Amino acid sequence: MLVEALALSAVLFTIGVIGVLTRRNAIIIFMCVELMLNAVNLSFVALSTLHGATGQVFVVFTMTVAAAEAAVGLAIIIAIFRHTQTVNLQNINILKG
Amino acid sequence: MMHHTSLLLQVASGQLPPTMGWFVIFAIIKMLVAFGIYLVCVAYTTFAERRIAAWIQDRHGPNRVGPQGIFQVLADGVKNFMKEETLPGGANKVMFILAPALAFIPSLVTWAVIPFASPLPVPGVGLIDMVVANLPIGFLFTLSISSLGVYGLTIAGWSSNNKYALLGGLRASAQMISYEISMGMSTVCVLLLAGNVGLNEIITQQASQGWNVMLLTMAFFIFAVSSLAETNRVPFDLPEAESELVAGYHAEYSSMKYSMFPIAEYANIITASSLMVTLFFGGWDIPFTSWDNLPPWTALKTVLTMGLYVGKVMFFVFTFIWLRWTLPRFRYDQLMSIGWKVLLPMALVYITVVASLTLGLDAAGVVRTGMGFKAAMLGMNLVFVGLVFWVLDRGRIVSPAFSRIQRAEIAHLRAVSERSDLSNQQGT
Amino acid sequence: MQVNQFHSLFYAFTFYFFGLVAIASAIAFVTRKSPVAAAVWLVLVMFSLAALYVMLDAQFIGAIQVLVYTGAIMVVFLFVIMLLNLGNPSELADARGKWGYLAALLIGLVMLAEVMALTRSNTIDRMIPPDLAAKAAAAAAAPLAGGVIGPIAAPLFNEYLLAFELTSVLLLAAIVGAVVLSKRRTNAR
Repeated sequence: MLVEALALSAVLFTIGVIGVLTRRNAIIIFMCVELMLNAVNLSFVALSTLHGATGQVFVVFTMTVAAAEAAVGLAIIIAIFRHTQTVNLQNINILKG
Repeated sequence: MMHHTSLLLQVASGQLPPTMGWFVIFAIIKMLVAFGIYLVCVAYTTFAERRIAAWIQDRHGPNRVGPQGIFQVLADGVKNFMKEETLPGGANKVMFILAPALAFIPSLVTWAVIPFASPLPVPGVGLIDMVVANLPIGFLFTLSISSLGVYGLTIAGWSSNNKYALLGGLRASAQMISYEISMGMSTVCVLLLAGNVGLNEIITQQASQGWNVMLLTMAFFIFAVSSLAETNRVPFDLPEAESELVAGYHAEYSSMKYSMFPIAEYANIITASSLMVTLFFGGWDIPFTSWDNLPPWTALKTVLTMGLYVGKVMFFVFTFIWLRWTLPRFRYDQLMSIGWKVLLPMALVYITVVASLTLGLDAAGVVRTGMGFKAAMLGMNLVFVGLVFWVLDRGRIVSPAFSRIQRAEIAHLRAVSERSDLSNQQGT
Repeated sequence: MQVNQFHSLFYAFTFYFFGLVAIASAIAFVTRKSPVAAAVWLVLVMFSLAALYVMLDAQFIGAIQVLVYTGAIMVVFLFVIMLLNLGNPSELADARGKWGYLAALLIGLVMLAEVMALTRSNTIDRMIPPDLAAKAAAAAAAPLAGGVIGPIAAPLFNEYLLAFELTSVLLLAAIVGAVVLSKRRTNAR
C-alpha cells in the first residue's frame, strides 16, 4: 500500500499545483494550497508505516502550521477585500509596473 | 488433549473473541438492531419533550392519538410526509437538498462508538462487544464527527437565498465551533486519568477508580454546558430562536427536509447524554461492585448493565428537556463570551490542576484505585467548585438577577422613586 | 488462508475506492466555478484522506484530520466565502489564457511521469534498505502500547519538545495576527 499511497499523494499534489496555476480567485488558490499540504501529509503518513511514528508526529506539526496559515491568510484576504472589493487576483496588481 | 478440551469449552461458552466471519455477521446485526432502536428513541424523545414540557407547564400534552398519546409520533411522521416540499426560487438546488443530509448523518454516526452494555457471550461464537464499532480512537471519533455537523447548518443557511437564514446559519455554526473547543478540553481531563481514548477502557478505569463525576467535577460541568451549546439547546438556542430570526437557518425548509433538522437535534441530545454518561458516570458500570467488570461474562450482566445505561441516559435526556422549559436563553454576545472567556480558560486551568495533582499523587506513591486518590481528587474538586461558583462568579452567571444589586443601589433607587412618585405630590 | 486473501482483497478494494474518491473530488474541486461548491468538494477530499490515514494504521491522525481540517479549517474558509458574499459562481473565466493551460498541462505531464517512475515496484524496493524493511515488519507486528495516542505523544514530548513549544508560539502569533488584520479600522478623529 505504500506505493499506491505515494502515487496518490503525487497525483493530489499535481492537481493542487494545476489549481494554483490556473485559477484567479484568491480563496480558491488558497484552498488548492491546502490540498497540496494534505497531499504531503498523506505521504508523511504512508512513509511512517516504514520509518515509525516520527512521520505521524510531523503530520501533527504540519496540520498546526496549516491551521495557523489558513487563519492569517484568510484575514489578509478579508483585509484586501475591504480595500479593493474583489478577490480576483488579476485586479489586485497595484504594485505592478 | 487437556488444552484442546478447555479451548472447546471456552468457545462453547462464548468467552473468546469471535472469528472474522461471525464478527462481520454480528456487526451487521448490531448495526441494524442498535440503529433501529436508536431512531425509535429519537422519535419518542420528541414525544417525551412535549409531554414533559406540558407537565412542567401544568397542562396536558398530546394524549389523544392512541393510549396516552403514544401514536402521536406516527401521526407527526405521516403529516411530515404529506406536506408540500418547497424550494425557494433563487436557492442553490443541490446544496439546498444536501444540507439536511449533512446535518442528519453526523448526528447518527457519532453514536456508533458508545458502548451500551458489558460484553455478551454467545455460545459457540464468542464474546460480542456491546458497541457498534469498537474503535481505538473512542471519543475522538465522536468529537470529530460531531464537528462535521456544522456544515449542515452553514450550507442550509447559505443555500436558502435568505439573509435571515444566512445569519442564523453563520451564528449557529460559530456557536458550535466555539463550544467544540471547551468540550474537547474537558475530555482531555478524562484522557489524563484514563490514559486511553477508547470508551471501553474509560469505563473500565471508572469501574476501578471511581466515577469521573467525583474525580473530575469541573470537567463534567464544562462538558455539560458545552454539549448544551453544541446541540443548540436552551439556554443556547438563539440561532433557532423564532422570535428573532424567524426560525433561523431552517426558515425556508418544509416537511421532510425540515424535520431532518429537529431529528438531528434530538439525535445529538441523545448522543451528548450518552457521552456524558460514558465519560463521567461510568457508562454501563454498576456502582459499588466489580461483579459486572470481571469475567466470566454472562447474559445477565449484559441485560442488567444495559438497563442501567438506558436509565442513566434517560435521566440526562430528561435534564436537557427540563432545562429547556426552565431557563431563558442567552443573547448571542453573552453566549460567545461564555464560550471563549469563561469555559475555555476554566478548562485549561483545570487541565493544569488535574495534571499536577495526578503527577504529585503518583510521585507520592498514592495508588490510583485506592481511597486516598479519590479523597484527594474530591477535595481538589470541592475547592475548585467553591472557587468558581462562590468567589469568581459573584452572582453574575449562576445566581439570579436580583442578587447582583448592591444595597446602596437599592437605597438610591428607592430615593429616586419616592421623589418622582406622582401620587404623593401635593396639589395638581 | 482463505480469510487472509479475502482480508487483503477487501483492504485493497477499500483503499482504491477511497483513493479514487479523493482524486475525483480533487479534480471536481479544482474545476468548480463557485467557491462554495469548491469548498464542499475539498471537504470530501479531506474526508477520504482521513479514511486512508485510518487504513494506513494512523487512526489518531485520521481523527485529527477530520477534527482540525474538515471540522475547523474548511469551516473558516466557508465562513469567509459566505461573509464576503463570494459564493456565487464566478462570472469570469478562470484560466489565464492559453499559455496558462499549456503550463499546467506540462507540469501535469511531468508529475505523471514521476508517478509512473515511482510506481515501478523495483524502484521502491531498491530505495528501502533491507534492515529498515525488517524493522518496519517488526513494528507492524508489535501491538501499540498506550493505545493509539502513546506512540505519537512520546516523541512529541521527548525528542520534539522544542518544536512543540515553538508551535504554540506560532499559534499565538497567528491568532493575534488574524484578529488584528481583520479588525475594522475606525479613524480616530
